[in-house]
Amino acid sequence: MVRLPYLTALTTLFSYGLLFAFGQMRDFFRKLLETDGSDFLRSVPVFAIQGYAPICLGLEDFYTRRLYLRIQDCFNRPIASAPDSWIDVVKRYSKDNNKTLHRTSETSHCINLGSYNYLGFAAADEYCTPHVIESLKKYSPSTCSARVDGGTTKLHAELEDLVARFVGKPAAILFGMGYATNSAIIPSLIGKGGLIISDSLNHNSIVNGARGSGATVRVFQHNSAAHLEEVLREQIAGGQPRTHRPWKKIIVIVEGIYSMEGELCKLPEIIAVCKKYKAYTYLDEAHSIGAIGKSGRGVCELLGVNTADVDIMMGTFTKSFGSCGGYIAASKEIIQHLKKICPAHFYATSMSPPAAQQVISAIKVILGEDGSSRGAKKLAQIRDNSNFFRSELHKMGFEVLGDNDSPVMPIMLYNPGKIPAFSRECLRRNVAVVTVAFPATPLLLARARICISAAHTREDLIKALEVISKVGDLVGIKYFPFEPQNAAPHNALKKLE
Amino acid sequence: MASGVLNRTAAALDWVSAAFDAPLARAVVFGIHIDGHLVVEMLLIVVILFQLSRKSYKPPKKPLTEKEVDDLCEEWVPEPLCPSITEEMQTEHPTLESAAAPHTVVDGKEVVNFASANYLGLIGHEKIVDSCISSLEKYGVGSCGPRGFYGTIDVHLDCESKISKFLGTPDSVLYSYGISTIFSVIPAFCKKGDIIVADEGVHWGVQNGLYLSRSTVVYFKHNDIKSLESTLEKLTRGNKRAEKVRRYIIIESVYQNSGQMAQLDDIVRLKEKYRFRLVLDESHSFGVLGNTGRGLAEHYGIPIEKIDIITAGMGNALATDGGFCTGSVRVVDHQRLSSSGYVFSASLPPYLASAAIAAVDYLEDNPSVLTTLKDNITLLHKGLSCVPGFEITSNPLSPIVFLKLKKSTGSQDRDLQLLQKIVNRVLHEDSVFLVTSKRSSLDKCRLPVGIRLFVSAGHSESDILKACGSLKRVTDLELA
Ligand SMILES: Cc1ncc(COP(=O)(O)O)c(C=O)c1O
Repeated sequence: MVRLPYLTALTTLFSYGLLFAFGQMRDFFRKLLETDGSDFLRSVPVFAIQGYAPICLGLEDFYTRRLYLRIQDCFNRPIASAPDSWIDVVKRYSKDNNKTLHRTSETSHCINLGSYNYLGFAAADEYCTPHVIESLKKYSPSTCSARVDGGTTKLHAELEDLVARFVGKPAAILFGMGYATNSAIIPSLIGKGGLIISDSLNHNSIVNGARGSGATVRVFQHNSAAHLEEVLREQIAGGQPRTHRPWKKIIVIVEGIYSMEGELCKLPEIIAVCKKYKAYTYLDEAHSIGAIGKSGRGVCELLGVNTADVDIMMGTFTKSFGSCGGYIAASKEIIQHLKKICPAHFYATSMSPPAAQQVISAIKVILGEDGSSRGAKKLAQIRDNSNFFRSELHKMGFEVLGDNDSPVMPIMLYNPGKIPAFSRECLRRNVAVVTVAFPATPLLLARARICISAAHTREDLIKALEVISKVGDLVGIKYFPFEPQNAAPHNALKKLE
Repeated sequence: MASGVLNRTAAALDWVSAAFDAPLARAVVFGIHIDGHLVVEMLLIVVILFQLSRKSYKPPKKPLTEKEVDDLCEEWVPEPLCPSITEEMQTEHPTLESAAAPHTVVDGKEVVNFASANYLGLIGHEKIVDSCISSLEKYGVGSCGPRGFYGTIDVHLDCESKISKFLGTPDSVLYSYGISTIFSVIPAFCKKGDIIVADEGVHWGVQNGLYLSRSTVVYFKHNDIKSLESTLEKLTRGNKRAEKVRRYIIIESVYQNSGQMAQLDDIVRLKEKYRFRLVLDESHSFGVLGNTGRGLAEHYGIPIEKIDIITAGMGNALATDGGFCTGSVRVVDHQRLSSSGYVFSASLPPYLASAAIAAVDYLEDNPSVLTTLKDNITLLHKGLSCVPGFEITSNPLSPIVFLKLKKSTGSQDRDLQLLQKIVNRVLHEDSVFLVTSKRSSLDKCRLPVGIRLFVSAGHSESDILKACGSLKRVTDLELA
């Protein structure tokens, strides 16, 4: 968990306070000076004059204008290449203090520590790409139809079987987008009179799906099986609100790897609790499928959980498989039920056939069915890379969250001023990192997030570590200065070289 | 009777005052003359305060003991995660063995395809496929990240500016999935307390967006301007609060559930009169309606700025995937920070963005394809107008031709079974692939079900005549 030092908390709060105060002051003076209201405060738009209520409410807009816009060059950076281990980040400039950014034709070649390219399938691949192009020629990019109409091709059927086999469940169903998988499936499984118990840090797609289902939603403390048990006991004993009827069913929703924390789910403990209380489990493996486990089968494999104990296994193809879409794997009955009522299956355009082919090929590589050992090498490489990078960051004195084996590692920044400083300085030294701040994280817990890929070579990682260490000194984010025995990260790096 | 009671009460009070008056006569405290009734009032106040300060009666609360909770947990039996399977509906659907072009292979047999919304006939088009291939070679398949975190690839930006240039809007924003576009856009703009007036026939994506927005939603009769007007009037007349909240009208330009077309001119007039913002889903009209395919606004000759927010899926006319939303810079910028399907999902695979660019290019270079499409629609309309037992409910310009049973069996399920039987026979006996308008049980749309034909510019005259002939033959047999 995060150990926010007292002094840091104080300075961070102070910084936000300062930004807030100055922002308010600037708004005040602009209001005084600009009477025609043309460009003034995008929160008092022309609409207001015509008798329309503004699109944005004041404070939300304040955050955008006075905080976000100042550092918006750190986000949405366009790239001009595949999101591989190295990317070409397009340079942008601004003529109005960062309010609008313009693309140039120049790029800088950077190490990519941001994309979810865990197994390195993002770029053209010697096995996958030819197959994908072949499918593209055969099936075209789209079916222009939903799965229940004319949107089911042979590839879809093949991929459903393959995914089921890969994750270790009897059957599977596909969707063209991971987000929609969660947000359309949860309402198909549970409705009024049901209870969803969701981890407090679950992804927005789960939150939206739960909300859309009409079921009651309760939250348990992040990754705490003990608190989950407490909530379950309380809810089963109390029943539905007001009527106290027993709940129809209870679904507990967790993620395999939490993408903002880099933590693995404490799945064995949670499954044990769910079993004891007869709650169903829904596991979102968006970041873990393909990325962890000896043969890439995700948290269940890594933590030794029998997949039969997880009722619904969800995952996406946008990460490890370098494609798009999502799946649900479960028992035959559940999948058949979903195929009968899930709205996304009925109304959404089916997954693009070449993207389906990409997943098929990627899984075949992982399983070694392409006739090479590349898959096994990739899996070993991502684990080695992740553990190496994490331990080096620890040694340098950064505050790194997350568990071993997880390819996602957040580095805590805290101070709002350190967000752009870290991001820009890294970019200047040709390392592309992701920084995350409020509202994606709590206000005080801004962080940088590193995603390691199997495509990174050791030299890439060492170069990135050197840059991060240097920038870390510059920005002052080595919150846990090293203990003597591992005092010299640079020496360690040299030895490795 | 009542006066008797009053008299006696007055007498009693007098007596009590007198009783107190006597000992305290002429007592003066801080210059106030204290007499009996003051004492009585003080006493009353004290009693009232005492009563108020007491907690109201509640049965004593005994928390459940651990043992009792254990027992309750032990006794609780959940429902199964899904109902047990009944055989009434088929869940297996025809499997395509080649591209979903106007002619395709279904379960080993070549058929004429009316199931794909491939309006411009771009599936399998060489230029589109070529642009995809070069994109695949350069960028790989997926973008491996959301737009915020290095998932913005230059083709996304190019595609966005291509679309806004084509439509003449200031800016636009891409989504990675057609259906997620509208269900993310609505909650991004409409919040709790806002008012939305929506057509009752909107498709599930819109319904989901409406539900997620938590706004007050009022439905008007399907594609009925009178009903819309009276709804707007009712909502705004004398309602001061309505002036302060955001108000939206949400409609589709061509309704997926019926093939009807929105009367944009009247709607724009009403929207301006009542000061509502207009959200228009152009999924089935973008690239179809208007002389150059710029959609419903062009068809009606209405300046596009009059429509505040336009969304469309690209999985239809453009024959790719994903969707876009377009409007003013402000509308677009707002989504880049607060639209959940945009912020929290990996971006559109770059090859699909390239395909969209190539498709818009194609449309700009070959506006004649729209004439072909229109002719095909007209031909199909003519051919289907005399199919016994059916009536066409779709607009003569809609690329979705919608056939409704003249005489419903009385239940939607039985209607669908009947329609499905017809469609299956048409597929198996005459190799024409049609689809029924299947409904998920989570869909709240109550419009009648029917058979849907998606017309393409790629259909030949004989394809269309074949479909009409086959449908006529089979319905003659089935509905006789
Ligand atoms: C846990 C989780 N679920 C679902 C998704 C959505 O997947 P997609 O990007 O394919 O829409 C994500 C992606 O960020 C995720 O992290």
